[in-house]
Amino acid sequence: MSAAAAPALLTVEHLTMRFGGLVAIDDVSFAAADREITAIIGPNGAGKTTVFNCLTGFYKPTVGRLTLRHPHRGAFLLERMEGYQIPQRAGVARTFQNIRLFPAMTVLENLIVAQHNELMRASGYTVYGLLGLPGYRRAEADAVERARHWLARTGLADRADWEAGNLAYGAQRRLEIARAMCTRPVLLCLDEPAAGLNPRESAELTELLLRIREEEAIGILLIEHHMDVVMQISDHIVVLDYGRKIADASPQQVRHDPAVIRAYLGEDDDEALPPEVARDLTPRGDGR
Amino acid sequence: MTPAPAQPRAMLAVEAVHTFYGHIEALAGVDLEVRHGEIVTLIGANGAGKSTLLMTICGNPRAAHGRILFEGEDITSLPTHAIVRRGIAQSPEGRRVFPFMSVFENLQIGASVADPTRFEEDLERVFGLYPILRARREQRAGTLSGGEQQMLAIGRALMSRPRLLLLDEPSLGLAPMLVKQIFSIIREVNERERMTIFLVEQNAYHALRLAHRGYVLANGRVLMSGSGQELLANPEIRAAYLEGGTR
Repeated sequence: MSAAAAPALLTVEHLTMRFGGLVAIDDVSFAAADREITAIIGPNGAGKTTVFNCLTGFYKPTVGRLTLRHPHRGAFLLERMEGYQIPQRAGVARTFQNIRLFPAMTVLENLIVAQHNELMRASGYTVYGLLGLPGYRRAEADAVERARHWLARTGLADRADWEAGNLAYGAQRRLEIARAMCTRPVLLCLDEPAAGLNPRESAELTELLLRIREEEAIGILLIEHHMDVVMQISDHIVVLDYGRKIADASPQQVRHDPAVIRAYLGEDDDEALPPEVARDLTPRGDGR
Repeated sequence: MTPAPAQPRAMLAVEAVHTFYGHIEALAGVDLEVRHGEIVTLIGANGAGKSTLLMTICGNPRAAHGRILFEGEDITSLPTHAIVRRGIAQSPEGRRVFPFMSVFENLQIGASVADPTRFEEDLERVFGLYPILRARREQRAGTLSGGEQQMLAIGRALMSRPRLLLLDEPSLGLAPMLVKQIFSIIREVNERERMTIFLVEQNAYHALRLAHRGYVLANGRVLMSGSGQELLANPEIRAAYLEGGTR
């Protein structure tokens, strides 16, 4: 079916997820490419997070094939893998809509835990670590270095020793991104990263995501309700409604798709905006 | 030093409140007030202390210094359940619904301090505001989508018939159409039921337009206050909280 010359990083085919009689996802297919940001949008309860849960092994899909083509390790069928293998081997990492950090650990510790697999291997499953062999010490230093790098990138460097649970909500969201990046993913799945951010902070997030896409050359899957973020950075957008795909196109096309407006965006009734405020609120690069 | 009159001017008065997490001072002397029948919005960057203030009003964490008065009564050292019984309810940031209880049970818990004879009426009101909750009535709350959990958290707070409703990011995780709806629900509850509302929002534009008054919090202190219109028109506020670009 795939018409593209180069196979996509992620191919989702006929994904269906039923919970008893409830069909949360109904025969959804789409693809997400390397070095692209693919957004999944849709009304509350449309099945967006369920797609993530299927991709990352939290759920076993009822039907469907989820193929991830790792640039160095070959293809993985995610629906057949154990949950813990999906980040470790296939290189898929995610963040959570309802934040799931280790709240009583420090910010830095949260990022070290994310690198547990590599550290365990380097420690010879504890033994070399206990002996303090140089290989392990190097691995540990690398892990701390990578954690530092992502703390700096996410603007959390001065909070490294805070308990994660004491960070403000928006900072916890950034820490989740840093934690995901510390696992060196090839596909980063972000579940509402801009929730709880003010417009300025979402603009910073936008920049961070664009830089990750360029510099890390990975694919990003993005669930988000902030349309200024979605329309600005997505290369393509998949729209779900009641578990079905109702659109799959570029931001420009999706924005004007009558089905999407009816199901999700709503009519633009912001005519009450004073013009100077409306101008401020319009996403950059979009006149009107 | 005469005792406060029967009808104090402010419903809620926060006076020089300091709150700490360990050694970190999250609130560094906050003064503000919410008057009867008002919608008051608190805006500020992440980490400014907005959620900490709402939680301190509910007694967890406790204020280390300063006083919090609700209708003239000092509630600073009351336990949380006693504060809720005075007529304050909060819809917390990040939902915090009871995941293994049904939607209905979550709403029952919200109603536990309210007049039991009005339970059915209150339930109908919440289902009227959020019809999806009626459809999901017997479903475990943890299996709801994020946006549905947000609606449940607000519904649960309304079930206690609070006189002061604290909303921490009510638009969080809601689809664009529902964001517009949530603000009209807030206005409706305020106008029709005279419910006083203290609101924390990142969606500063909508929140300020809705509010009678607003406060700007930065680094644990009130930086500025004024009517919603004044704050919206203030260029500094616009630059810091409304404009998208970092330029």
